[in-house]
Amino acid sequence: MTGLAVRGGRLLDPSRGLDLTGDVLIADGRIAAVGPDAGRQADQALDASGLLVLPGLVDVHCHLREPGLEHKETIETGTLAAARGGFTTVCCMPNTEPPLDTPALVRWLRERAAQAGHVRVLPIACTTRGRQGRELADLAELAEAGAVAFSDDGEPVSDPALLRRALEYAAALGLPIIEHCEDKALSAGGVMHEGWVAARLGLRGIPAAAEEAAVARALALAAATGGRLHIAHVSTTGAVALLRAYRARGVPATAEVTPHHLCLTHEAVMGAGESPGGLAYDTNAKVNPPLRPRADAEACLAGLAEGVIDCIATDHAPHALEDKLCEFDLAACGISGLETALALCLSLVHEGRLPLLRLVEAMTVAPVRALGLDRHLPGLGTLAVGAPGDVAIVDPQREWTVEPERLASKGKNTPLAGRRLRGRVVCTIYGGRVVWQE
Amino acid sequence: MRSEARELGQPTGVQEAPAWQRHHLLDLDELTPREIELVLDTAEAMREVLSREVPRVPALRGVTVVNLFYEPSTRTRASFELAAKALGADVVNIAAEQSSVRKGESLLDTVRTIEALGAQVLVLRHWQSGAPYLAARHSRLHVVNAGDGWHAHPTQALLDIYTLRRHLGDLRGRKVVIVGDIAHSRVARSNAWGLTALGARVVLCGPPTLLPPALRPGEDEAAALPPLQVETDLAQAMEGADAVMALRLQRERMEGGLLPSLREYIRLYQVNGQRLARARPGALVLHPGPMNEGIEIAPEVAHSAQSVIQEQVTNGVAVRMAVLYLLTGGKA
Repeated sequence: MTGLAVRGGRLLDPSRGLDLTGDVLIADGRIAAVGPDAGRQADQALDASGLLVLPGLVDVHCHLREPGLEHKETIETGTLAAARGGFTTVCCMPNTEPPLDTPALVRWLRERAAQAGHVRVLPIACTTRGRQGRELADLAELAEAGAVAFSDDGEPVSDPALLRRALEYAAALGLPIIEHCEDKALSAGGVMHEGWVAARLGLRGIPAAAEEAAVARALALAAATGGRLHIAHVSTTGAVALLRAYRARGVPATAEVTPHHLCLTHEAVMGAGESPGGLAYDTNAKVNPPLRPRADAEACLAGLAEGVIDCIATDHAPHALEDKLCEFDLAACGISGLETALALCLSLVHEGRLPLLRLVEAMTVAPVRALGLDRHLPGLGTLAVGAPGDVAIVDPQREWTVEPERLASKGKNTPLAGRRLRGRVVCTIYGGRVVWQE
Repeated sequence: MRSEARELGQPTGVQEAPAWQRHHLLDLDELTPREIELVLDTAEAMREVLSREVPRVPALRGVTVVNLFYEPSTRTRASFELAAKALGADVVNIAAEQSSVRKGESLLDTVRTIEALGAQVLVLRHWQSGAPYLAARHSRLHVVNAGDGWHAHPTQALLDIYTLRRHLGDLRGRKVVIVGDIAHSRVARSNAWGLTALGARVVLCGPPTLLPPALRPGEDEAAALPPLQVETDLAQAMEGADAVMALRLQRERMEGGLLPSLREYIRLYQVNGQRLARARPGALVLHPGPMNEGIEIAPEVAHSAQSVIQEQVTNGVAVRMAVLYLLTGGKA
């Protein structure tokens, strides 16, 4: 029979606790069979022995920068970066120029992604018109046009009354509001986490309370409205505790954490001492929310392990060189993360701090369920028969060095430059087509 | 004060600078006590030069020093200029508001231009913390940090330490109190590093809203600054002090809601005669300037016999001569 077989790999499908050595057969763009010898008949085959075979990874939070900011990234380069990182589905944030706040723009983006994209792109549309935080965008029409969620990401919806209306209105559409939780009065002027590193470097800090106050408010509104709330990039101990408390009460809020908030800390801004004067003021470690102390990273990991934080999302935020090659205060926020996400998170598995199956879940079916993406694409993020034919093949032991200039993304902005990582995506299959192979 | 030394272009007492290997002076946090002492000893020799009838030596003849100031400054800029000229260097002053910086030229473009013009030393004052580190990383110039944001002001700290050492001798075990707006003070940070390196006990004192949050009790276990004491009660902080340094209070701190009122600040944190009386008899009074007399410091204290504020300014030239001399190896 026709089709593409991935043979002899260790198959992991956390959606049904599957962990076995065998084949995956993809035919007509869908998973056709899974199991020992399932791929024997295929006319095209890949040998995955000794490798992990995962459902294609799903990123519910990335910035593809198109339209308007094509010097930082395009759908073409961003989705190639996604493919190289093992991602076959990415949800892109609407803080483009113009912002994605009209049905026409959402349709344009889907068409553009269909033409230029290497993987599936699902658009997230603005919560408020122009991301101005003053009035709701046309949420129902945006949903009809194909938006899978709403967010003003990069900015919070600071007016709590408006956030309440957004949650109420979107609930009727069955779509989540993704909230960037930041109390702007508390974070004003801040450029990194408020802690000892900021005190040492003389930089204005962003206190953990700026996130926690906003998370508390958003959760209270989710509880009051019954709306679907998804909290973007959780980064503090207090935010994890709030989520735990509200979820224990049955509030259906979901949350994500980034690889960098799990694996890096605010000391990264200082650098490793190799710079003149011993202080790097590394603008590639400038991100919002900021990198936090180790205790916060550990709390986020604990939250992820126990499921209080549902999933991992990259918050891939590519920037041009000149956006980062400047004074720390002036530098743009963000980390180019699609191509390092899995390998960086695998360090947690190698260190025995996170079970492999939970990591894979947090990067496949968990984000799908968090945003309800399986409503649009049944079986997404799994290896179930009939699911989209998306697979990532990973060599978990392969070591490599992060070289920014070799990233497919236009954004070379990574604080991991020069770092050795263990675990590499060697092949990515999207809809039955090989879109990346090393 | 022998004349041969002058003819050789060397200040007396300084034959060479073997112990100095650094290309930049960015902050005191990376200097060893020996390196700090070398600067202070070199400054002593420079003071001798400055006491001459013609206070000049040609140690930096042929060297171009650029003073690039992105913040208004009278004393620091003039002090660096006089120091460079006393060593025979050519000096170019660039005030950011007059140059192409206003046309949107980036800091790095400006620094590279200065390098291409043939300068060897860049003295940089910038309102953003870390700016001199950026300049140092991306050029071959010797970079001297003349104050960056809230972060560091190493030559100010060196001149403070030099002044203290002249009066107190060995600083080990000496108690130095720094009072005021610690959170936004590059002077306090650099002094904390330098003074503790030489064994002094440093007490930082100010209202809680003007202390860096990480120095407040209960914050991260790691150290933002070297081991030091933090106090919010000035009377207690002053107990037995050998020296007290009042910091300038910026008016915008009131607008930012960090202080209830100037009146209350004066009442709680002004260095005045009554509070000075709690220090050791004859304790020194310092201020990095410019002073708001009657706010952070009482005029009768600022102009008392215990005040070394004018002497700090004079010593600043000698200390900056020492820094320029050591960085360029006297031969750059």
